[in-house]
Amino acid sequence: MFQNKRRAGALTALAVSVALLATGCAVDSGTGSSESGGDGDNLAITFVPKNLGNPYFDTSSAGAEEAITEFDGTFAEVGPAEASPDAQVSYINTLTQQGVGAIAVSANDPEAICDALNEASDAGVKVVTFDSDTNPECRDLFINQADAEGIAKVQVDLIADQIGGAGEIAILSASANATNQNAWIERMTEYLASDYPDITLVETVYGDDDDQTSFDKTAALLQTHPNLKGIISPTTVGIAAAARYLSTSEYKGKVALTGLGTPNQMREYVEDGTVTAFALWNPADLGYLTAYAAKALIEGEITGEEGDTFEAGKLGDYEVGADGVVLLGDPFVFDADNIGDFDF
Amino acid sequence: MTATTTTGTPAVRTYRDYDRPLWQRVLLTREMAIIVLLVIVAVVAVVSVRGFSQPITLTFLLLDVMPILLIALPMTLIIITGEIDLSVASIAGLASVLTGVLTQAGLPLEIAAILAIIAGAVGGVFNGFLVTVVGLPSLAVTIGTLALYRGLAVGLLGTTAVTDFPDFWTDLAKARVGNTNIPLVLFLFLVLLAVFVVLLHFTPFGRGIYAIGLASEAARFSGVRVERTKFILFVMSGAISALAGIYYTLRFGSARGDNATGLELQVIAAVLLGGVSIFGGRGAIHGVIAGVLLIGVLASALRLANVTSDVINIITGVLLVLSVVTSSFLAWLRKRRRAPGGTPRIEASTAG
Repeated sequence: MFQNKRRAGALTALAVSVALLATGCAVDSGTGSSESGGDGDNLAITFVPKNLGNPYFDTSSAGAEEAITEFDGTFAEVGPAEASPDAQVSYINTLTQQGVGAIAVSANDPEAICDALNEASDAGVKVVTFDSDTNPECRDLFINQADAEGIAKVQVDLIADQIGGAGEIAILSASANATNQNAWIERMTEYLASDYPDITLVETVYGDDDDQTSFDKTAALLQTHPNLKGIISPTTVGIAAAARYLSTSEYKGKVALTGLGTPNQMREYVEDGTVTAFALWNPADLGYLTAYAAKALIEGEITGEEGDTFEAGKLGDYEVGADGVVLLGDPFVFDADNIGDFDF
Repeated sequence: MTATTTTGTPAVRTYRDYDRPLWQRVLLTREMAIIVLLVIVAVVAVVSVRGFSQPITLTFLLLDVMPILLIALPMTLIIITGEIDLSVASIAGLASVLTGVLTQAGLPLEIAAILAIIAGAVGGVFNGFLVTVVGLPSLAVTIGTLALYRGLAVGLLGTTAVTDFPDFWTDLAKARVGNTNIPLVLFLFLVLLAVFVVLLHFTPFGRGIYAIGLASEAARFSGVRVERTKFILFVMSGAISALAGIYYTLRFGSARGDNATGLELQVIAAVLLGGVSIFGGRGAIHGVIAGVLLIGVLASALRLANVTSDVINIITGVLLVLSVVTSSFLAWLRKRRRAPGGTPRIEASTAG
């Protein structure tokens, strides 16, 4: 009897303390964003990257925050720890419940998050995708970091230049169903066939945007194809892992490497000569433009129709293209001469 | 007279079911503690988290926890027998991929889904065979099949996704009853819930499950068919995991090899949080349901409060560790206090 009461008491104490602990956090951070919008337009814009803790999205969010601060909106960033579409759905649903002004999302799957985004639209939330698109009917605008043509062309031109226009090359991609990478690889293959007939693409491998997997796949590539002259890695995780492998191997300086990378990750390998040049857009600009596009949608300045134009702060004016796509611009090539100017 | 009553000392009758009044036996349980915690968290969330009190929260919450709820039913029974099934999420992933591949091959979704459930049951048969016939520990077996079934799932579909499913079924997976916020799929769960409650708490089969968990050898000598019971549970677990996988596929409209990755940990966490003993022999389904809902409500409220997923994982983890630690600690405390001269108390089974 006595013991039972003690036991129940202990459990109740535990229950209450955990509940207070959990909801205590909730109350604090909850009130932070709840007073957003105010009168007039609701300029609460929340970014949902593919996953949190990814330097690329940290940079794009920094750009977005800069833009949102400029026009006095409320910036927030939420997202899953792992890049899976079902986890993104929960976050998108949550934002619908919160009634934010706009959601800016980089889609982990073009189809799986569609219903959640449609529900958000029905609730009056503007939906902008950036970096990685969904099906066009699921969002108002897509902010494209660079068109597939431009990205494919710059990487193929770079590798062709580095290997002298002839020989075997391979591609180290992200996951095999990554929307972006697959579109680029398709264009690269076409462009290689039409402009560089002497270059053979011998294999495309997938490092799943995981450092260790990409590292191992690079090692395997070099062993399987002894005549390999170059590797294109159109993903920031892949190119860094490949560069790390090459820089400590016998292939350093013999096998060329290019692709899409960030200056901070690649600085060391550009300086030690493993990598001559690589390309990327500026993710901070991407986030910045996305934020301004979301603002233009919220304020009703544009609706996402082809031909709509809006102003994006320091980046100037942009026009909405076919299918509600806004193009950021041409990719930027980083090499030993200019890499010192960038820090992201 | 049954065997159990004759073995006790006839003079002092300390049958544990009657050593306290009824209200204490109902209210002072671990299950009730979790239910109270669930209510407290829900109330605090309604009051303090902006947007939580909207009716739509309930819809999203139930849709989110549905796969966990489904798989938690057979998992509860398996853990009560003292075994574990870690392969459930991989079976769900495999069923998802099979549904996608078979639909893509031109089969109607209904047939594809039935085949996927059969495949899930076969996966359970394989687990059950290795555990009960070969006699391997279920922890080792299902860690193996966790990798095996996930490998098959990813291998079958490569890393592409099948997204072309009939609208009727994908809409049904998200449909609500009339104008309410109750998802239709809840009724599928309620039917299964009724089946499992009856099976566990009101049949000789269910009593056998508790008996196995408390003392496997004693159960065997009292006529419980230990191997057969465990085998049936693993097959059920496989079939229901496959069902959860199909639901997952339809809800997200996407069959992928990595669907439901890591779900087994959420299921096991919820089951343990709900008062089922990892050592077997203790647990009740209402506690497990409360455990699942508690994890769901916490995650939902914290997401609404813009708490990042890492923090949500930390809180869920701490809650789980606390729940396991307190139950062991309280058992130890009770034993220590009882030890000098007191009547030995039998660890309570929650059967029936």
